Amino acid sequence: MSGHLFHPGHDDLHGITVVLEGVSGRTYVGRWHEQAEKGVVLHDVATHDPAAGQSREVFLARTLKFGVHPEQKTLVVSEQLVSVKKLADL
Amino acid sequence: MAYPEMMVRPMREEVTRLGVLELKTVAEVDAALGQGEGTTLVFVNSVCGCAAAGARPALALALQHAAKPTKVVSVFAGVDTEATQRARSFFSDYQPSSPSIAIIKDGEVVHFVHRHMIEGRGPQQVAADLTTAFDKFCAPEPATR
Repeated sequence: MSGHLFHPGHDDLHGITVVLEGVSGRTYVGRWHEQAEKGVVLHDVATHDPAAGQSREVFLARTLKFGVHPEQKTLVVSEQLVSVKKLADL
Repeated sequence: MAYPEMMVRPMREEVTRLGVLELKTVAEVDAALGQGEGTTLVFVNSVCGCAAAGARPALALALQHAAKPTKVVSVFAGVDTEATQRARSFFSDYQPSSPSIAIIKDGEVVHFVHRHMIEGRGPQQVAADLTTAFDKFCAPEPATR
């Protein structure tokens, strides 16, 4: 059963929880579904907006320790990205 | 979405053949986790092939380690939903994800492996994370005079 995949044909990041940093300063944490024409499609997404007050470092530290607190089931991140990292690599 | 038992049975058996006690009901969860003494590993099994197919072999590797929890149990997310929800109530500070692994010592969560710590990693890497936690939290206390 190990190695049995139900999602063939997707790109390398499919199913991986990633941290996307946008040029707007927003940070998106979610499970990468695909790179589509409109942008990156993420599932179970938490978003950090610097305008909301909480620091990005605190947001990411809490996410690493307690997991992703999803605010949106699916989100297409259409803005230009500054960085793409796996959450586990932070 | 309910998964047919025929599909999930091999995934159950991949865990239970390790000697892991599978908890399918709320009562079974309460009986296993309600006592709050010793170290218990809770494996949240999952159908998702992306991560669970690495998590189960990782658990198998980790359980070969010398130090290990006194009790190892599993629930199956998306299949035995009530039992899974009840089990998650014992580590409710942590966002639900599956597969995931909690180590509970004397009623307190001392280590948690989220799905994001399993995705894209090999079983050896995940097992190494677990055995490090076993050494820290499950090794017998040295005898004192």
